[in-house]
Amino acid sequence: MSNQTVLNATHRALGAKMVDFGGWDMPISYGSQIEEHHAVRRDAGMFDVSHMTVVDLRGARVRDFLRRLVANSVDKLKVSGKALYTCMLNEQGGVIDDLIVYFQSEDYFRIVVNAATRDKDLAWIQAQAKHFDVSVSERPELAMIAVQGPHARAKVHGLLTAETAAKAVKLGKFVACAGDGLFIARTGYTGEDGYEIIVPQEQAVDLWNRLHAAGVVPAGLGARDTLRLEAGMNLYGQDMDETVSPYEAALAWTVALDEGRDFIGRGVLEQQKAAGSPRVMVGLVLDDKGVLRHGQRVTTANGDGEILSGTFSPTLGKAIAFARIPAGEPGQVQVDIRGKLLPVRVVKFPFVRDGKPCDGV
Amino acid sequence: MKEIPGDLKFMKSHEWARVEDDGTVTIGISDHAQGLLGDLVYVELPNVGDTLEVGAGCAVVESVKAASDVYSPVAGEVIKVNSSLADKPETINEDAFGDGWIVVVKPSNLREDMDNLLDPDAYLEQLEDEDE
Repeated sequence: MSNQTVLNATHRALGAKMVDFGGWDMPISYGSQIEEHHAVRRDAGMFDVSHMTVVDLRGARVRDFLRRLVANSVDKLKVSGKALYTCMLNEQGGVIDDLIVYFQSEDYFRIVVNAATRDKDLAWIQAQAKHFDVSVSERPELAMIAVQGPHARAKVHGLLTAETAAKAVKLGKFVACAGDGLFIARTGYTGEDGYEIIVPQEQAVDLWNRLHAAGVVPAGLGARDTLRLEAGMNLYGQDMDETVSPYEAALAWTVALDEGRDFIGRGVLEQQKAAGSPRVMVGLVLDDKGVLRHGQRVTTANGDGEILSGTFSPTLGKAIAFARIPAGEPGQVQVDIRGKLLPVRVVKFPFVRDGKPCDGV
Repeated sequence: MKEIPGDLKFMKSHEWARVEDDGTVTIGISDHAQGLLGDLVYVELPNVGDTLEVGAGCAVVESVKAASDVYSPVAGEVIKVNSSLADKPETINEDAFGDGWIVVVKPSNLREDMDNLLDPDAYLEQLEDEDE
């Protein structure tokens, strides 16, 4: 029996096609996933992301604990509400999960981790937290709705009390505030502006319906996947896992080798940084017709690699992908699609930013 | 669900075949199949002149979500392909039993191949079984 979010019946009433996602019964689309994608790029769409795991960390030494637990530096978090994207590594420098850390106060931080990795994440976090006397409380009674798109914030503001709206309007990117019983974070997984709103379960259906009435289009996991890949964002389990370091997953920007901070996995990362990692993650564009898919073989001058996330990009009208390939100048790169080698271009990502294709894509 | 034209016959794997007045056979995928796949973004067509065997891949339809082989319901030679699908693969989403046809075949074993396919009622029954 799979898990259901509090919005399950709402999705079904909207005619959603449901799929299993990491043990959760979730909507993949409500109609055309391409139209849902465009709604987010051009206007405003919303996703039920209540399957994600919200965990509150409390204790006098919680900042010290997070300095040890994650590869990015929570010392960057100085103002209450500020968020940080980071990886949590094992001793071998492999990625256990990627997550967002929100600074609330010196004895209270909130983290949001992936649904599919919930059990192992909680076990790992609890094991590490013991040494710091930090309490780890999952918050299953909280739902989460991501509202994303160029008009998303304005539509949300219209539903808030004047006092909360005033706080939300002033939020900088990657900062959260609280109000009206909501935790409102200016974060997302689509490359568009917007919010991820953590809401008590009993208010979630009402919030969803009010957003819908305000013109926010329900969008499923299918659109969420094409949006995040266009935005150059990794998917745990597909683009990185416990056998891959952040350096091999284009996540070097999330690793802080700050002086004197002994985070788990640091030793291996320092060696990789000095020696160079043997594999790199690159962006690919297929100008020919066809679709790049997970697992396809990629040929380069330095040997074979493979497609990690691959899809059809509705914004670009062609296929895009992340691939992990041997390090070094790759020469001509080709992808094996059903036995045919098709040329692909190696590009910088994101592929799409603020609704428009990026230069060189 | 869209009504299924009575002159179509089906494979369990959701391909349809229709015998035309001139004895050729038009092949496509069912409306149910396009619904399962979602938005189609690419169709890989065979070449005119290719020889098809029953149950062998004759095309590939790709949606945003997945790639899926289209199997030939009859044996024969490809005499026409729906090249408009190259630019408008979504035609299959919009009209799977009509403008979304994929290939036309000159059959080599028409009677027997068609007899082995499901009529619309049997196909619908199978869909109901799948839903359970």
